[in-house]
Amino acid sequence: MANTGANTGTDTGSNLRMHRSDVVPQLVGDNRDFLIIAGLAGTAKDIEGLELGADNAFVLGGAMGAAVSTGIGLAVMQPDRQVLVATGDGELLMNIGALATVVASGVERFSILCVDNERYGETGNQITHTSMGTDLAAVARGFGIKNVLTVTAEDEIPAANAMLRRADGPNFVHLKVNDGPPTRPPGRSWDAVERKLAFRKALLGHS
Amino acid sequence: MTDQTVWGNQLYDHLVEYGVSLFAYVPDAGHKVMIQRSLDDPSVASVPLTTEEEGVAMAAGAYLCGGKSVLLMQSSGVGNCINMLSLIAFARFPFVTFVSMRGEFGEQNPWQIAMGQAVRPSLESIGTLCLSVEQAEDVIPTADAALGMAYKSQCGVAVLLSQKLLGAKAF
Repeated sequence: MANTGANTGTDTGSNLRMHRSDVVPQLVGDNRDFLIIAGLAGTAKDIEGLELGADNAFVLGGAMGAAVSTGIGLAVMQPDRQVLVATGDGELLMNIGALATVVASGVERFSILCVDNERYGETGNQITHTSMGTDLAAVARGFGIKNVLTVTAEDEIPAANAMLRRADGPNFVHLKVNDGPPTRPPGRSWDAVERKLAFRKALLGHS
Repeated sequence: MTDQTVWGNQLYDHLVEYGVSLFAYVPDAGHKVMIQRSLDDPSVASVPLTTEEEGVAMAAGAYLCGGKSVLLMQSSGVGNCINMLSLIAFARFPFVTFVSMRGEFGEQNPWQIAMGQAVRPSLESIGTLCLSVEQAEDVIPTADAALGMAYKSQCGVAVLLSQKLLGAKAF
């Protein structure tokens, strides 16, 4: 018989978990502590929900698989700033080798928050590989990510909040959430040129 | 075939002088000199990739933080980059890649022909401009043109290093 997780759709236990809109704000804390890259879809909404259009965040709307690699570029050029990459399980799986590149690049003030709902939320909540046996925290450890923490309950949030701020990374917080939809932030800008210019202006003082 | 130890070293020096401080690469014989120079140079970051599209996104991230970078890859890697290049095109990120060509002038491995021939049309279809180099004396002027087009005109530019320059491997 095939893996039951692969066949039963929603019956993976994930609905007993916390909702992303409740937990991500607590877990990230002050978003201004970071330079942020948000992957497309769910985590884009999570990060926009913290502060709409924040100029310390570049929020992707496509280019699935780009988030971690884009974050490495940030961290290489700004080694004294804490970089936060927010990405979903589906987005991370599309370019999973980037975790090896995080380690190879030597970046340290670098944190990944993987919001794992075990679903492709944007395309109809189809289950992902993480509901079929893939453990992304184990994957991150295997790739050599130094500090790794899985969060499934509320009392684990303070430790995760602190880990995202560790300067001796790279850090990987694996947040397991239920399959409820992210809260849609009102009036999000989809203009990537505008976001690029705003990010550079805020950081560098010129566009 | 030309002497890579001459033009490869000149090209590396030229890129660093222009301000390039991140070399992202998937290894290839055609980039051997530049990769080694970047690994030996403590003033730059030299990052090996597991797949070429990582380097496209990394270039965008580096630019957001005020840095300049190049992606070094073989022509077969171009196919891996196409969707990621939508990030460059849509957000108008400066992006420069040096592509060591296979599957064109004198190729003897039949597996290389299809992707080698698809490089230019694929890149152009996603909005990445292509400049070809066939002779050693054109390497630096072409690199200079690519950097200017990318960082002044906010374009993605691929410099295609021909097998006329690199030589075709014997099989």
